[in-house]
Order: sequence, then structure tokens, then C-alpha cells
Amino acid sequence: MATVGRISYDARGLAEPHAEAPNVATVEDGVATFDAKDLSTRLINLELRRLIYEEGVTQVVVQNPQARHSLGVGILTRCTITFEGSLGYFGCGLIDGPEIRVKGRVGWSSCENMMSGVVVVDSNAGSLTGAAIRGGDLVVKGRVGARTGIDQKGGTIIVGGSAGSMTAFMMQRGHQIILGDVGPGLGDSMYDGTIYVGGKVASLGIDCVPGEWTDADTEFVERKLALYGLGPAPELQKFVCGKVLYNYDSLEPSERKLVI
Amino acid sequence: MCGIAGIIYRDGAPHPIGDEMTRMLQSMKHRGPDSTGYALYGAPENGSLVMRYKLADANTPRDFEFEERLRRHRREVETRLERLGARDLDVEEETQYAFRVTFEYDGDLKRLADIVENIPEAEVLSLGRSLEIVKDLGDAETVGGQYGLDSFTGTHAIGHVRMATESEVDISGAHPYWAYPFSDVAVVHNGQLTNYFMWRRRLERSGHRFMSECDSEIIAVYLAEKMSDGDSLEEAMHRSLDELDGVFTYIAVTDDALGVAKDELAAKPLVLYESDNLTAVASEEIAIRQIVDHEIETYDPYEREVLVWQR
Repeated sequence: MATVGRISYDARGLAEPHAEAPNVATVEDGVATFDAKDLSTRLINLELRRLIYEEGVTQVVVQNPQARHSLGVGILTRCTITFEGSLGYFGCGLIDGPEIRVKGRVGWSSCENMMSGVVVVDSNAGSLTGAAIRGGDLVVKGRVGARTGIDQKGGTIIVGGSAGSMTAFMMQRGHQIILGDVGPGLGDSMYDGTIYVGGKVASLGIDCVPGEWTDADTEFVERKLALYGLGPAPELQKFVCGKVLYNYDSLEPSERKLVI
Repeated sequence: MCGIAGIIYRDGAPHPIGDEMTRMLQSMKHRGPDSTGYALYGAPENGSLVMRYKLADANTPRDFEFEERLRRHRREVETRLERLGARDLDVEEETQYAFRVTFEYDGDLKRLADIVENIPEAEVLSLGRSLEIVKDLGDAETVGGQYGLDSFTGTHAIGHVRMATESEVDISGAHPYWAYPFSDVAVVHNGQLTNYFMWRRRLERSGHRFMSECDSEIIAVYLAEKMSDGDSLEEAMHRSLDELDGVFTYIAVTDDALGVAKDELAAKPLVLYESDNLTAVASEEIAIRQIVDHEIETYDPYEREVLVWQR
């Protein structure tokens, strides 16, 4: 096991302000591939950006990401990225458009603030998965940690396994489909949105209540699960916001004055 | 934000845990650059005790009689140990101010620690048959190199990189904490405890000493007290989930077990990897990947989870 080299760089990528893309990828049939084993976080991201923005490649395969933090962040165009291994914290955050497949696990805060696109994670995810996402589909086939989809403002989060405490905390819009069990405080302080749960719910959070199932729910769940090969849909419970915790007047105080 | 890590091999054979822990902690340097600490469990040497103690800090002001004072205090420690009945004393000078001493002793460990700590500026960092705590200022490569930990072999270890939020940046404030006065128990912690003073007063009344203002020291002494009342490590850790307030993920070790506990909010991270022979836990997966060179399956334990592995 002593073959792994000692880490000799700043794992956050902050210590390399003047780094340039290493230019190590090989492009074959429109698919660019590069090995991230000996590259620092910053160099991996620079190489990704060079390929996608400058070379115009639309399919990139990154080998050996080795659970590094902040990989594949801030990609704002349509493309396909495959990570052949696990990512660390903040993986695929702030993206708008790409389809990303992670053949491994992701750490905390993956896909935070995603605007659109698809991220499929083959294994487990840490806490704060899909924090504040606004659109797109985030699929975790394994289990996720606590506070999944905290402050979610749109999009769909699908979890194949179980989820931890305070899932969908302060959720404002969008959907979550969790096929396994959910920890305590599900949907605590949520404003809006819909949560579907396949397993046991340890406890509901404040102002999260069971919702009425409609045909639209069946259609939505079946379509999404079929799309990612997670179907057929099991029997799910639906949870929505009880709308008693907050004042749902849609006007800001200054706007209200103008109306009156 | 601190970084914690732990490894335990279940085959009971010695492994290069000193070198592995250095790799893990160095990869998490960004979580805490102030100080680095190790609690390592080596093979017991024919039943003799190992004591690690310090007589000053890396950043203690070096006044004109600093070296003379160190020499005097070091002689005093040895004299007091011998007077207490310790036999076959073997002292190694790890740094100018930190020492490792092995000896044979059958008496009360609390009395021994108290008598050594009566010497000005002396602090017993660890005392046990296999536990050795090494902690100092700087990153893991600095501390590991300074104390020659690359060649340390053993069965299990925990480590900590500290970003000080609650107390001073010095050796006393660095983790891991030895569970004074119980041999072979140590703890590393990531988080903040909010009922620190309540527990400190309570534990001080029952005769425990605290060497720092750091809230994490409570956990070590708390667990040790519960275990001396008859709890197993796992029972004591379960009890701590209700009795300690705040956010925490901590790793506790005894001479044959390693356990982790998470608070009810799961507010602090922990990634867990298990193979047939090795269990590794760390704040970030990047640390585990320093000692395992292939793709691995890992997961985060949930809130209020207590997991214990036996060696």
C-alpha cells in the first residue's frame, strides 16, 4: 500500500494562481481522455476547461480523480464528462448544462447550486448533496448523508438508497425522490416542492405534511425512474409543505405599499 | 474546522501506522494548519509502561536559563519516578522539550501522573502500555519528521490537524487528548461542545485535571470516567450523545478498539472505509486515499451513529 505518493500540493487548489492547462489529454473520435493521477486540483480543472471551451470537445473522460475536491465545477456549457472514480467535496458545483457521470462516490456539497444538466453518481454521496440547486437532475444511486437538497430551488434529486437527517431542509421548489429510508426532520421548514419517499420516515420536520397523490405524481415518478434505470417505481409516500409556518404573501413589503 | 482520522487493522499484526497517519493528516492540512497530533498504539514492550511528557512548548519564550531549567525539570521527573518505585527507566529525548520514557511500575497511575505534573510546566501527554501520544505545532510532515514517526509500527492510530477556535495554539491545546488518568484511552474531536463548563466543573469535582481550555478535553475524560464506572467503550459513547451538547464527530481509542460517534445533526463530516483487514475513517475521503491506492467504496455515517471496531 506504500505505493501512493505523498500529497505535496494544496488540496484546495488555491496555491497555484498562475497555473496553466497541462495539455495532456488525448482526443480520439471526439472523446478526450486524460489521467488526473499526477495533476493537482487546479490543473485538472484547467485541462477540463481547455478541452471544453477552447478545443470544443464535447465528451471528456477523467481518469483517477482520486477523491480530490472541487473537480468539474463551474462548467457552463452542454457537454458530457465522465469521472472514472470518486470525487471529494464540492464536486460538479455551479454547473449549467453538462451531463456528468461519476463512477464512484462524491463527498459533501456535490452539485451545489447546479442550474441545469444531469449528474449521475454511481455510489454514495456525503451531506449537503444538491444544496440550493435550481434545475437539472441529480441522481445518486447509493445512499446520501444529511441535509440533502437543503435550500433546493428547483430541479430533481433522486436517491436510490437512504438519506440522513433534515433532508430537504428549507426546500423551496422542485422534487426529491428517495427510494430508501429517511432520517429525522424530513422537509423541515420547507416552503414548497414535493418529496417522495419509498422507505420509512424517521420523523417529519416542522410544517412538512403528507400530500395527496395524483396521476401527475405517478407520471412524473415513473418517467424519472425509468430515465435513470431505477424503475419500476415502488410504492411511494408523498410529502409537501403544510404552508402554516411562513407568511405566503407573495409581495415584498415595499411592493405591498404601492398596491395599497 | 479540524481534520480527524483513524485507522485500525484487525489482524493484530504490526503495520506502518506512523507513516500512514502522517500521509492522511498531511492531505488534510488545509483543515487545520495550527498543530498536528497522533495517538499511536504500538506493541506493548514486555508489560512495561510508556509515558510521553513535555516540559515546554515549541513557542515558549527561550529566556537565558531555559535550557538549564529543562535539564533540572527532566532530572526531577526521573527522580520522582524512581522514588515512586518505577524500575528500568529508559528515557528518550524526542525533541528538546518532549520525552518518551519506558519503565516498570505496578502502582496507581493517577498518583504517578499527578506527581510528575507537580513539576512546573510538566504535562503528561500519554500514559499506557501501548498508547503513545505525539503532538506539536506545525503540519503532519513537520511533526512526524521531528518525532521520527515514519518507522512507528502498530495496530491502530488516530490523528488530528487543528484549526484552533476555542483555545491557545500550543501543545496542551492540541489533540489527541489522553483520558487522564486512565491508561491507553485517547480522543480526537472535530466540533464545538456547548456544555463544556458544566462538564468541566462536574469532572473536576470528581478529581480530574484539565491541562487546557479546549472543549475537546472533556470528551476524553468523560469517556474514561464512564468506562471506569463499568461502561464499555460503546456504551459510554452512546451515553455521550445525550449528555454532551454541541456539534461533534469524535474518534475514541482504547488499547484494543476504535470507535466513532456523530452528534444528532450530523454536522461534522466523517467518511468511512472498511475492507477485510482495515477500517479507515477521516474527515475527507482524500485522506483515506493516501493509504489505499485503488478506487474504494466509502460512506458517511448518519446522525447519532456510534460505531466501534475491535482490533
